[in-house]
Amino acid sequence: MNQPVIEASGLSLTFQTNDGPVHALKDVNLTIGKGEFVSFIGPSGCGKTTFLRVIADLEHPTAGTITVNGMSPDAARKARAYGYVFQAAGLYPWRTIEGNVRLPLEIMGYSRAEQAERARRVLELVELDGFEKKFPWQLSGGMQQRASIARALAFDADILLMDEPFGALDEIVRDRLNEELLSLWARTEKTIGFVTHSIPEAVYLSTRIVVMSPRPGRITDVIESTLPRERPLDIRDSREFIEIAHRVREGLRAGHVDD
Amino acid sequence: MRNIVPVLTVTLALLIGWYLAVVPMNAQWERDQAARADTDLGFTTLVARTMSQDRPRLPAPHQVAVELWDSTWVEEMTGRRGWWNSGSLSNRSLVYHGWVTFSATILGFAIGTGLGIVLAVGIVYNRAMDASVMPWAIASQTIPIIALAPMIIVVLNSIGISGLVPKSIIAAYLSFFPVVVGMVKGLRAPDAMQLDLMKTWSAAGLAVFLKLRLPSSMPYLFASLKVGIAASLVGTIVGELPVQQGGLGVRLLSGSYYGQTVQIWSALFAAAILAAVMVGVIGLIQRVTLKRMGMAQ
Repeated sequence: MNQPVIEASGLSLTFQTNDGPVHALKDVNLTIGKGEFVSFIGPSGCGKTTFLRVIADLEHPTAGTITVNGMSPDAARKARAYGYVFQAAGLYPWRTIEGNVRLPLEIMGYSRAEQAERARRVLELVELDGFEKKFPWQLSGGMQQRASIARALAFDADILLMDEPFGALDEIVRDRLNEELLSLWARTEKTIGFVTHSIPEAVYLSTRIVVMSPRPGRITDVIESTLPRERPLDIRDSREFIEIAHRVREGLRAGHVDD
Repeated sequence: MRNIVPVLTVTLALLIGWYLAVVPMNAQWERDQAARADTDLGFTTLVARTMSQDRPRLPAPHQVAVELWDSTWVEEMTGRRGWWNSGSLSNRSLVYHGWVTFSATILGFAIGTGLGIVLAVGIVYNRAMDASVMPWAIASQTIPIIALAPMIIVVLNSIGISGLVPKSIIAAYLSFFPVVVGMVKGLRAPDAMQLDLMKTWSAAGLAVFLKLRLPSSMPYLFASLKVGIAASLVGTIVGELPVQQGGLGVRLLSGSYYGQTVQIWSALFAAAILAAVMVGVIGLIQRVTLKRMGMAQ
């Protein structure tokens, strides 16, 4: 494996709720290497989003250790180590597409010229050039989500964390964005953590698939993908793809028996 | 302008209803007069006279319109104390009194809006203020302003503050409330995801306020401002009643002292027109601002 970027060991997180403690994560051990594309898949409540949020320092583990780029998640967040893409695009309605992409750059204190240059570059990367001056409501859901990916790429974080970014989009748009995400990953060589509900999406995108199960949230299987890096959409009809998908489905089912 | 027809229809219906009410309201006095003079009133004469009394119970719309015209344009352009002849506004004109009320309203509105925004920011950012300020703000609005206004004026006068400021304070007292309520809602409008997003960029508190919370609150702020400026006008008029130094409130009160119903009604209309213009101007600013922010509905 390449140089490790994210290392979690013995990671647990328990939420205290009125109905008693909820074990969102229990004893999670995982190492993600530089340049990997790791998908987290599992039913709701399995802790996949929570794990991503722990990496991003949006939640704090109650036990175990985690490092991001060799630092604590807090230090990594302050060092702007990652870009985060949520399920909803979350663009500001009062800012143009370009204004939205510039927003993190403004906050991080980039110069105006640098902001314009970076915004132009990332919007080109997600094929939104020509839409700089449009407001979010003038764009389709898929285009809005591309803009939010551009926003996460605008500053040079080498980790991209994506929490079901295409979950709210229809199948056709999703396929296209999956293809584009892969080519973007190939070009930028970022490390990507990707949460999804969809088996084909996980198998198509990932170099590694982490299968999780709920109550308590834990890892039940980690599957290394044997697919080549170059992946046309029709690779999904290949034998190899179907076998990996089958193994993911088995893993999910095994985790489900506990219910 | 597609709502001009409904607006005109309603206005017409109101005018007709008003005219119909004028006759029975003022008829008794005419009948008494006729009885005293031992003459007989025909129906048409009766109707005509009810609409041209000097001190009617209910003045007819055209009487109010004439009074409005006489006490603005005619007074200022031809009156001895008018602007044309004396170079300053006449204290018998609604332009003068309207201006007195307007300036106190605007000052009070500015104070109230500023105070409202400051309190809202405090409520959103400070837990102690969150728990303590809102009940007081609500309680403050349950006290009838007509009872409070003279006390505010007396207290301020005793520490040497008089004139415009006490009236503005009363106006501010009424107008800060809608701004607090609207701005608290507006500053809390961003959802958890948008706040998380800011956190992933390690945004400082000031950046979160200026780039997320404040812009989010704009639609709420404008809705509050419209209510606030109308409340401010009411506060100013109430504040003018005990002071008696000009303003539409003074016109209302002196009109009722001397039974000048036409004067009362024209002052009321002047206040209504003033309110409509001020709310309209805020609506215009709202449209332009939200359009530039790409949020126009």
